[in-house]
Amino acid sequence: MTPEELQRIAAEELQARQHARHRIGVCTASGCLSCGSREVLTAIKQEAADKPEMNLRVEGVGCMGLCSRGPLVWVQTNPPPTETSTAASADASPTASAPNLPDASPDDSADITTDASSDRPTGASARAESALLYKQLTPDDAPTLIATLAAAPASPTAAAAPPATTAEQTSAQDSTQTSAQAPATGDHPLAQKICDPAMPFFKRQVKVVLDQFENIDPERLESYLAADGYLALLDCLHHRRPPEIIDEITRSGLRGRGGGGYPTGLKWSTVAKASAFVPQAGQGHAGSGRQSAGEAERPDGPRKYVICNADEGDPGAFMDRSVLESAPHRVLEGMAIAAYAVGADFGYIYVRAEYPLAVERLRKAIGQAEKQGLLGRNIGGSDFNFQVEIRLGAGAFVCGEETALLASIEGRRGQPRPRPPYPAEHGLWGCPTLINNVETFANVAAIINRGADWFASLGTDKSKGTKVFALAGKVANTGLIEVPMGISLTEIVNEMGGGTPDEAGGAIKAVQTGGPSGGCIPAAHFNLPVDYESLQAEGSIMGSGGMIIMDDTAAMVDVARFFMEFCVEESCGKCTPCRVGTKQVLLLLEKIGRGEGRPADLTQLEELCHLLQQTSLCGLGQSAANPVLSTLRFFRREYVELLAGEEEA
Amino acid sequence: MSGGRVITLQIDGRDCGAREEQTILEVARENGIYIPTLCHLNGLHPVGGCRICLVEIAGAPRPLPACVTHPVEGMQVTTDNPELRRQRRLILELMLAEGNHICAVCVVNGHCELQELALQLGVDHLEVPALYPSREVDASHPRFGLDRNRCVLCTRCVRVCGEIEGAHTWDVMGRGLQAMVISDLNQPWGEAESCTGCGKCVQVCPTGALFEKGKSAGEMVKRHLHLPLLTAMRREEEAGE
Amino acid sequence: MPPAASASSGPADTDQAATPNIPQCTPSNTPKHDASDKRWRPVEAAMRRNGYRPGGLIEALHAVQRSYGYIDDASMRALGATMQLPLSKIYGVVTFYHFFHLKPKGRHTCVVCLGTACYIKGADRLLQAISREQQMQPGETSADGRLSLLTARCVGSCGQAPAVVIDDLVQGQAEGSAINRQLARLNGREEERPAATATKGPPAAGEART
Repeated sequence: MTPEELQRIAAEELQARQHARHRIGVCTASGCLSCGSREVLTAIKQEAADKPEMNLRVEGVGCMGLCSRGPLVWVQTNPPPTETSTAASADASPTASAPNLPDASPDDSADITTDASSDRPTGASARAESALLYKQLTPDDAPTLIATLAAAPASPTAAAAPPATTAEQTSAQDSTQTSAQAPATGDHPLAQKICDPAMPFFKRQVKVVLDQFENIDPERLESYLAADGYLALLDCLHHRRPPEIIDEITRSGLRGRGGGGYPTGLKWSTVAKASAFVPQAGQGHAGSGRQSAGEAERPDGPRKYVICNADEGDPGAFMDRSVLESAPHRVLEGMAIAAYAVGADFGYIYVRAEYPLAVERLRKAIGQAEKQGLLGRNIGGSDFNFQVEIRLGAGAFVCGEETALLASIEGRRGQPRPRPPYPAEHGLWGCPTLINNVETFANVAAIINRGADWFASLGTDKSKGTKVFALAGKVANTGLIEVPMGISLTEIVNEMGGGTPDEAGGAIKAVQTGGPSGGCIPAAHFNLPVDYESLQAEGSIMGSGGMIIMDDTAAMVDVARFFMEFCVEESCGKCTPCRVGTKQVLLLLEKIGRGEGRPADLTQLEELCHLLQQTSLCGLGQSAANPVLSTLRFFRREYVELLAGEEEA
Repeated sequence: MSGGRVITLQIDGRDCGAREEQTILEVARENGIYIPTLCHLNGLHPVGGCRICLVEIAGAPRPLPACVTHPVEGMQVTTDNPELRRQRRLILELMLAEGNHICAVCVVNGHCELQELALQLGVDHLEVPALYPSREVDASHPRFGLDRNRCVLCTRCVRVCGEIEGAHTWDVMGRGLQAMVISDLNQPWGEAESCTGCGKCVQVCPTGALFEKGKSAGEMVKRHLHLPLLTAMRREEEAGE
Repeated sequence: MPPAASASSGPADTDQAATPNIPQCTPSNTPKHDASDKRWRPVEAAMRRNGYRPGGLIEALHAVQRSYGYIDDASMRALGATMQLPLSKIYGVVTFYHFFHLKPKGRHTCVVCLGTACYIKGADRLLQAISREQQMQPGETSADGRLSLLTARCVGSCGQAPAVVIDDLVQGQAEGSAINRQLARLNGREEERPAATATKGPPAAGEART
């Protein structure tokens, strides 16, 4: 596919959208699916089919974030066709007609960032809402919903969004687009189900990775192309040399979103510098170096690999799943750009088998991209080849660790090996291998499209850009959010998350970040800015982005025990400290939890935790003690209160 | 590879010369500096699993296993200090607590690497509770026996069987604390059709987990000093092909 | 020098390998591992795609489990013979990954998520409630082979915690009595397909039972 063809398809898609009188988008990511959005989609489609005169366009779209209120559905009313003089301009710039979902587009926020004195946006732009977002719809609501559209006066007010002032044409918003007047909610039959677009959950977000998810049909390539998809890849292939791309990524300050926070540009340049290597097919041990026939497509020769780590194992984290389910092409595009930059021609996506929908959509996306020449041989008419395969995980948390992940792709037990050598130099079958997380790859296209400076203007000094978090636990609004780095926990938990859920009412006590490798941060420390260094200083980690909010019913010793139990089960068993040490820590926590602990047990607990941190082979063991140490640090009183009194003895 | 660059590093304050493909453990041994080991065995691929041979390296955030870490120019290595000793002792305690190590009734009593290590590191009692597992004993092989309760999962048997004998009868199944050494499809050893009965696994086992039948407590002495020779011979054969 | 190995020593496609390790192997689902068995074809294809290299082992195991619902000794022997892999290595891999099963699962599965978010919202009590009502422990399959009660370390539906997955359909904000009613209904219409009301996509890829 050439850039011109791409533009043409995108423009056609946009035009088709504008021709519809009303557009309806139904979330088809797992969150909403699990509360029945597929039935809602079917019902609405049925209604639309029954009323062809209404000219409705019904789409399944990506995740809109507010999973706790699913199924989410947005409705946008287009102006009558006569007024769409913009159709022509859409040809030139495939940017039009994002439904004005109540999120702040990156552009607006970037603007705010630059002119506000604060280093991050504190409010979203005052944009007129042209789309209505409904929550918790049921199939029974479908006729009512359609009826309201039929009844609604077709009076598009030209209340228009303020022009997205930036010169960059990549704005998610067509400034000339008019918006439909939201029906007065008072007499609206579904008034109870309309989401307040002004809620901080939406307003505070700055979307780069999740950008346009509400507008992208995950199962259609055209839909992604209309959201500027693959522009960056073709731009790179035709106009940029690999070192320039790496330089762009380096200057953007992007860091690994899987948790480690290693500078992405640095990783890319290490792989780019390493010389390609002939894969060791049989891997290692004497006597098993068997070379096989077959695989004509993959001639044996020196190669490098790009791997996307989608083995999202942290319980409580579902960012990667949502990204893969909503915009699989965005990840593929990022991988292809990375492969071009580092000189790789083959890639693997290692996905959890527990995410069937993500796997299915990825598979579909790879097929579509190959068909259109956006993956495979001679991509976009260039001489760059890049093939991607999916590898399924099989239920081992430790495989999120990169050397264990490599072992798993090589068909072995997913046990980590000591580093160095690092995979960047000695990775899959001995070849230089670039391993990045889903979210990291999803950032790449945006950085290429909008430039490193734009990206670096988001976030804090050392942690640039945005981060997607999965809010879960005892908080009113659970779901996915994307916020600029450096935002405070209180803004995330109390404002965006909406504090404690209505039913319970207990006060929020702590937030757990980073899953079993992270720690608990007490409510008193919620002013903490969320970035790699600050969280680490508090004994937690950014991790992949899971945030579990706990209220005062959570007993911290029990929380620590929960995570340690997880680590005991997920320890691979290769190194002694992790295999046995986690179990001994768990025994101590159970003993203390039963009220049988002695003061000496606390000392031993700390000693074992430090041993785990210091002497374990891989990240799992080294960080396994974090939940214990951080709860000991902030909630020591709860441990001490559980200790059996000395006098009893 | 074999004529690698020569590197100078300091181990315990002493200047040592090394080739870059050597490990810190090898360099230390060449220079007469003792580093305790358990899963490592000359002649087998190192895995860095037992964590007994941890050494401190200036600038590294945490200690690294000497058996798999390669020297770098100017590296400063510390092989012994109170902190390292404490860590090694604790790791060994964890290992002892994991299995059932009752020396008095063990065939290798007095000739056991684990026992020797405990003596060296001064582990005379356990601070952590013993887990007392009840793992299966496999006595199905006509000449040898396997008592998994004495296994420390060093995987020497797995490696010697795969790398030297080429049979790969042994491997590890499960994970974490449930991990254990198995033969073929977790069959009784005596029924494992891939086993050649060479007995190398028994000789390399550092504890009494693998033993020759018919020996009573303290009678079994392991012989594995010939291993490096086997490795060298094998390499020579392969090169000659 | 070829490995002195092992794997090829037994003919792969016989049922003689039916060791006591494979209980409940009814005649209808006893795998045969050759071209005569349609279900083996995807496995063969998976191995071929990876050039019969050891690297394709996990892909092949996924294919076996998709075809047969579990991985038995005969399958492992067949894989070992075709890919020239030692049996112990295959067994080690299968047992390392919790996703693979050595025994057949029940006709229906009920997976209770025990991830953090679900735990915070009472997944342990939910599991107890289901376990009590169904009179089976987590990890067990009912004696009649009807239902397997399993747990997961996180199904990624944390936004709807607590989550339960019944026959691949995720149920958000699950509640003990409702789940038990649903399981009872499964029991009632045994031979029917579980409700086609799918929260899962069209089963094209048919991947991965949770």
